[in-house]
Amino acid sequence: MLTSNPSGMPFIGGRFARVDGPLKVTGRAEYSSDYNFPGLLYAVPVCATISTGKITHMDTSHAIKMPGVHEIFTRANIGPLQRVPKHNHGQMILDEHRPPLADDVIRYWGQYVAVVVADTFEQATAAARRVHVEYDAHTPDVRMAMTTGGKTDIDSHRGDTQTGFSTAPVKIDQTYSTPIETHNPIELHASVATWDGHNFTLYETTQSIMNHRRVMAAMLGVPVERMRIVMKFLGSGFGGKLWPWPHALLAAAAARNLERPIKLVVSRKMMFEDVGHRPNTQQRMRLGADHDGRLLSLQQDYLCSTAPNENNKEPCGEATPFLYSTPNLRVTGGLVRRDIAPSTAMRGPGAVPGLFAVESAMDELAVALDMDPVQLRQRNEPKIDESRNVPFSSRHMSECLSEGAKKFGWDKRNPKIGSMREGDTILGWGMASCAWMAARLPADVSVELHADNTARVLSATQDIGTGTYTVLAQLVAEYTGIPLDRITVDIGDSKLPPGPLSGGSMVTASVIPATKQAAEAALHQVMQAATQPGAAFAGTAMDELRVENGRVRRKGDAGNGRSLGSILADAHLDRVSGKGSSKSSSKDADADKLSFHSYGTHFVEVRWQPRIARLRVHRLVTMIDGGRIINERTARNQIEGAIVMGVGMALFEQTEYDARSGAPINSNLADYLVATHADQPALDVTFLDYPDYALNPLGARGVGEIGLAGVAPAIANAVYHATGVRVRQLPIRIEDLLQSRVSV
Amino acid sequence: MQAFQFMRANSIQHAIGAAAHASTAQQGASVRYVAGGTTLLDLMKLDVEYPQLVIDINRLPLGEVEHTATGLKIGALVRNADLAQHPVVKRDYPVLSEALLSGASGQLRNMATTSGNLLQRTRCMYFRDTAMACNKRQPGSGCAAIAGVNRMLAVLGTSEHCIATNPSDMNVALMALDASVVIHGLRGERQVPIGEFFVLPGGDPQRENVLEPGDLITHVLLPAPPAGTRSHYLKLRDRASYEFALASAAVAVQVVDGHIQHVRVALGGVGTRPWRSPEAEQALKGRAPNETAFTAAAEAALRDARPQSQNAFKIELARRCLRHALATATA
Ligand SMILES: Cc1cc2nc3c(=O)[nH]c(=O)nc-3n(C[C@H](O)[C@H](O)[C@H](O)COP(=O)(O)OP(=O)(O)OC[C@H]3O[C@@H](n4cnc5c(N)ncnc54)[C@H](O)[C@@H]3O)c2cc1C
Ligand code: SF4
Repeated sequence: MLTSNPSGMPFIGGRFARVDGPLKVTGRAEYSSDYNFPGLLYAVPVCATISTGKITHMDTSHAIKMPGVHEIFTRANIGPLQRVPKHNHGQMILDEHRPPLADDVIRYWGQYVAVVVADTFEQATAAARRVHVEYDAHTPDVRMAMTTGGKTDIDSHRGDTQTGFSTAPVKIDQTYSTPIETHNPIELHASVATWDGHNFTLYETTQSIMNHRRVMAAMLGVPVERMRIVMKFLGSGFGGKLWPWPHALLAAAAARNLERPIKLVVSRKMMFEDVGHRPNTQQRMRLGADHDGRLLSLQQDYLCSTAPNENNKEPCGEATPFLYSTPNLRVTGGLVRRDIAPSTAMRGPGAVPGLFAVESAMDELAVALDMDPVQLRQRNEPKIDESRNVPFSSRHMSECLSEGAKKFGWDKRNPKIGSMREGDTILGWGMASCAWMAARLPADVSVELHADNTARVLSATQDIGTGTYTVLAQLVAEYTGIPLDRITVDIGDSKLPPGPLSGGSMVTASVIPATKQAAEAALHQVMQAATQPGAAFAGTAMDELRVENGRVRRKGDAGNGRSLGSILADAHLDRVSGKGSSKSSSKDADADKLSFHSYGTHFVEVRWQPRIARLRVHRLVTMIDGGRIINERTARNQIEGAIVMGVGMALFEQTEYDARSGAPINSNLADYLVATHADQPALDVTFLDYPDYALNPLGARGVGEIGLAGVAPAIANAVYHATGVRVRQLPIRIEDLLQSRVSV
Repeated sequence: MQAFQFMRANSIQHAIGAAAHASTAQQGASVRYVAGGTTLLDLMKLDVEYPQLVIDINRLPLGEVEHTATGLKIGALVRNADLAQHPVVKRDYPVLSEALLSGASGQLRNMATTSGNLLQRTRCMYFRDTAMACNKRQPGSGCAAIAGVNRMLAVLGTSEHCIATNPSDMNVALMALDASVVIHGLRGERQVPIGEFFVLPGGDPQRENVLEPGDLITHVLLPAPPAGTRSHYLKLRDRASYEFALASAAVAVQVVDGHIQHVRVALGGVGTRPWRSPEAEQALKGRAPNETAFTAAAEAALRDARPQSQNAFKIELARRCLRHALATATA
């Protein structure tokens, strides 16, 4: 288990403060909407007030005359915006393919129908309200309950689930559902677009500057070389900022059309309407087991909603096929069309709602078997990934279970419902396991070493608030010995060497090999300079030198050696630059021979006060098997933040659609509830810290998402233990709990 | 938000004179006073309120709490945060302090004023969205909430035209404290008992209170509580803070010789106005303060409740809330 710094490497594994922290706490960090340019104008979209139908008439004549208004763009004058090519090898990802204002058809509430450009935000807002739009509206279908009918895909299949299930002596057959959840990063989506007649520079709120660049170039019809994307700081994204959304195109098109810089900041209400959400899911779980708790069959048949024109699937079976040992398993998934805006990835897509169903069903199975839920999971711990018949690269789920139970005090649990009390309060103890993918994306990184003994690392990746600036600085410090405060991290700009997107918890794992390679290449050049005739180590073979703490010395020499910078200065070199490039892990030689994932467990105590129907999550013990932890502070921050998000998912979060209009009606932060500080339980997070060397030289995986997976079912299971109410439909609400018969 | 004129009132008469020409002081008024602004600006940004003239009253001398022979005289501009921490309020009217502190957030309470809180508007989501039908915002357009998302809305005092909840915590406490509202208007000063200040929606939900054009609230008066009165505010909601009440209860109880002598019961989060319950008070008066009496009071308070499609649970929640508040106040 992770203690202080087990790696033996000075800059890897310890607790490092964020290198960008001072900028953030002093307000000097420039977020995308902070950029201002001379002549900048403000754009405010006009949003549809129907969910399905057609625009029959639009009158901008009053609005265009309002003070400060420069232009109102509609379908008639927005100018060319193209669809991305259908076959683009996954190079141009977006979840809403229709370019904004492409036609008069309305497919969801809040769809942009026009955009007003004015001198100030207030003027544009006032004028946007005065654009008069008439519609031919149809009745939208925004029902949350879903039935099949359409085609379903088989995501994973082994054995014969039909026989396995029907012949099992103990069975669970239940349906679980999760609502539409809306990402609510505090930073709103925003675009500041500039166009100089040839080149676009777009300041965007994006988790993927490189994908953003390709998509925007294609849709605006310019070569990628003439498209630059900048994103220096993100006020979080949670997946909602992975792919470009229509507002970015409106801003860029307006900048092009007016030849003025344009700022467009999406409102909180539009955050619920126009920039994606996690779709609702409905999952039928069928589990069959023998009396000893061995799983004989596991079936997960899920449905999720999708927009009329998109096929965005929430892959609820993400973690199911390899989580447990069972001879018979089948996961199927289907899409159900609703008149709701396109959905998108949200932290832990698929696995997070999927594990709510799987881990709730496992708890129900434990109850049916009268077996401890930890023991049930231990009993079904697989030796290999049975879905692909390959070993795991590194899996310590069993330790997550046993150590988590120990830390939590699980052995004191009385399984009887409502039996654990403190005065008027009933304690509920529940647990769940979780898993999340591990992989690397292609990454290019450059490392420069400068004559003033500083270093710079460059890559067109981005820090979405998770700590990428800090981790890159640590890697360079580790490989060069240059201290953290002498390292500049240059990311968040598409003109840098192409780096990975920030999604799937993959950035850290992805940049390690390329950064190592780049640092070594740069050091190699320093060595060359050092061993040149007339240089400090002239005549010494390069392999007789070593670099330690930013200094070069002869192996075996006790002396001080020479600093990297002074060697460059002697050679009249201002800097050297090394390049590193690494491929996607799917191209690794052993990619097909191993199964890469992270694992974990959550143990939860909820407190239920039946007299006042008050439920609070009191404490959590979480174990994470996420490979080698590079920075204990930023990693803990990810897991703890994710757990708090999980409290919200379990108890509060739900985007509600008005049945008649199809509008997401609780589209603000007072009515869409997320966890507050006061809702935060006591958290106790432990990293097992087993390096996974098959993934990269440091053995790091990723911890951005796994912390959310499994929290909601662990809470639901604890709620059942306290109240006897099994809630299969998130969020768990007071109205559900009022049915509890447990009294004090 | 639409463009508007802004002026600063330098006296009470100045304010009243400037506001008096409006045709209504209710929804859609063309003149609005602004105190803390936390309700008004919010609604103006949503275009739910669109005054042509906004009168800043923050410089008026209405920011003091005076302890008088008959009780407490609270200036309209006393901030919620200050009122909640006022030593006399904490000592003699804990229900008010607790109610204020359970509302909104620290930042909002620093801005929010006594008169602004009194007049805060419903959080009905359809009221706040100009694309939706809403009789309160646009008389005669219908009520989208009745067949829509209505979990947060009222079960008491509703009509077929409007089911919006009065969301204030403070108002519920004021009901239990027999407060009255001091209003200065064109025809001078008047005092309105809090129980008569708010009106039921009936067929006219755009009218929420008795204010007429020009009327300026200057003070809220609290009579001295009967000796030995204990009061308490309990608020129940989904999350632990920063949320309006699903159900709340303000109670003030004086127990003499083991029997309830004086009692005030008011409920929040369930009524179209802050909901005083004479029925519950009747059920408690003269009784010993015990579970049986509390249960009878809770039954009586909710007897006339009429649930909507999503909020039937509030009836049971309000009952539990009231029972527990009474038990706590008399413990
Ligand atoms: C996110 C959020 C959460 C909240 N949560 C809660 C909560 O949990 N519980 C709760 O009780 N409240 C809550 N509130 C509401 C808050 O308490 C009110 O917004 C606040 O009390 C209003 O006071 P103000 O001074 O800012 O009012 P203003 O916005 O200045 O005024 C409100 C109205 O009163 C009128 N007015 C003000 N003063 C006078 C006067 N002297 N005479 C005549 N008319 C006057 C104004 O014209 C306006 O129409 C919340 C608000 C927000 C924004
Ligand atoms: S409940 Fe009242 S405020 Fe809400 S929509 Fe109906 S009329 Fe409007």
